[in-house]
Amino acid sequence: MSLLGGSRGRFVLGPNAYGLRPDLALVASMVEPGTRLLDVGCGDGALLEYLVKEKGCDGRGMEISQAGVNACVARGLSVVQGDADRHLADYPDDSFDYVLLSQTLQAVRSPREVLLQMLRLADTTVVSFLNYGHWAARWSMVSRGRMPHTRALSTPWFETPNIHPCTVKDFMDLTRILGLGTGRAYGLAKEREVTTIAQGFEGQSNLFAEQAVFELFRPELPKGKKRRSNA
Amino acid sequence: MSKAMPAVHEIQESLTGPRALLNGGAPMQLESGAMLGPVTVAYQTWGTLNEQRSNVVLVCHALTGDQYAVGTHPITGKPGWWETMIGPGKSIDTNRFYVICTNCLGGCMGTTGPAALNPETGEPYGTAFPVITIRDMVQAQAMLLDELGIGTVMCVIGGSMGAMQVLDWAACFPDRVRSAVALAGAARHSAQNIAFHEVGRQAIMADPDWCGGYYFREGKRPESGLSVARMAAHITYLSEPALWRKFGRALQDRYTKSYGFEADFQVESYLRYQGASFVQRFDANAYLYITRAMDYFDMEADFDGDLANAFRDCKTRFLLVSFTSDWLFPTSESKEVVRAMNRAAANVSFVEVESDKGHDAFLLDEPDMFATVGGFVDSVAREQGVSQ
Repeated sequence: MSLLGGSRGRFVLGPNAYGLRPDLALVASMVEPGTRLLDVGCGDGALLEYLVKEKGCDGRGMEISQAGVNACVARGLSVVQGDADRHLADYPDDSFDYVLLSQTLQAVRSPREVLLQMLRLADTTVVSFLNYGHWAARWSMVSRGRMPHTRALSTPWFETPNIHPCTVKDFMDLTRILGLGTGRAYGLAKEREVTTIAQGFEGQSNLFAEQAVFELFRPELPKGKKRRSNA
Repeated sequence: MSKAMPAVHEIQESLTGPRALLNGGAPMQLESGAMLGPVTVAYQTWGTLNEQRSNVVLVCHALTGDQYAVGTHPITGKPGWWETMIGPGKSIDTNRFYVICTNCLGGCMGTTGPAALNPETGEPYGTAFPVITIRDMVQAQAMLLDELGIGTVMCVIGGSMGAMQVLDWAACFPDRVRSAVALAGAARHSAQNIAFHEVGRQAIMADPDWCGGYYFREGKRPESGLSVARMAAHITYLSEPALWRKFGRALQDRYTKSYGFEADFQVESYLRYQGASFVQRFDANAYLYITRAMDYFDMEADFDGDLANAFRDCKTRFLLVSFTSDWLFPTSESKEVVRAMNRAAANVSFVEVESDKGHDAFLLDEPDMFATVGGFVDSVAREQGVSQ
């Protein structure tokens, strides 16, 4: 099952048999089949199950909630209860080919440390997050004088798990500070519309993407490993 | 002793349920190098073995448990110790699985242990019984499965000492174990736990009725020593919140303090009852030997100083569960095992269940635990093609 269709640069995510959320489908499309991976904050295991059963990956999960772990375990997945801030340290270096982090980065206490830990465990990570730089979020804040309230950002400030909101530009700044390599990067808007975040056009993506998905690499890749990127 | 108590081996002979002579009565070599035999294992089964023999669940009991996990206990008349977990429609569904529970090697419910008759002397072994280990218990279970014609088990499950056996099962027989569930367990016995066990053993051995382990010769049983051992141990299975909820500082059958050493408090009375009822069903020497087996358990040492070695190239799927208020086998012990399994790239799931009931939580009504274990076992069963 191919999750991506359409021409390069701009396409629409089709529905998938697994009922994966569009951002998860986008993350899944960026993972090579048959690889070993860790899904951090794997929730009820929908993405992990897809990757294990459809892409033949050797997948493991980490999830903070008991209900989430139970759901995963009942799907036959191997998932450990833990939180990204503390328990990524439990894994040895280079345990995986990929570490995935879907809509969890903004909810952790130390996003920077979590990114570095992820890249200790694997040379490639795929990270998805909500973009607070989307035009509607900006307009919402400017016009109302309150924290953004939009279709994508609908949770009030006192209930959102996202304690470190950021924009696409903020995120890219952090990857530069950490010296990380950037691979494929996509913006997601109106649920299923995907656009490539191209070099030199980050400002445009920052304005129009409700969510973003980035492939990141270690500053230095081991020999023989190749990077894929939009560039 | 005033009461005319039947000797423990006499009680054993009267027990119900199947018993199997291992390996045609040939002695088995123990981890210590000593030989023990003939070895008999008493066990219970529930459910039906399917044609492919793929639906076997092996249940490993804890220190003072036995093979009567389900159904009325032949001595106490009480329900089985794990009826919360095992039964029709329960997490371990006896409509679907063939469940086996053995009395562990060294036990006193029909499996060869210090209370069994020593063929060389014609009297019970007593302290002439060789020291056994968790590994020996696992070997005896494996030999029983051989006798029953069962190659692989779909799941091996147990809590506390049972969890120790579960981990050792997967490490020793990775090809015979499809999945393993270790509840409230550890890969080694902690210093604190060895210390508690030593208190219990000293209580037994300090009882003059212990008679150096040969109390049966005198028609005696070290009841007060074993009872104190049980009382001390029982506290470690609970937690302050659980004790407070159950008893608080409430007085027992009185309105004022006695200003003496009666069981003024309900908690005292409860512990005395626990001690007194325990000695009716348990052999003091068996208590010594089984606690010793737990003390000796250290998988890290058994696998060249790295616990990960125990689980390398192991295809078994693991589920570990710990309980927040368990201070005897705390979450940190389970996490140590999870970390080692991660190092070995084993398939492990882990949950820490919120509970204030202490170590004994794995035996009690813990819906989150039932959901986790039930979901796990069901997914393994589906993977193995075991029908609904």
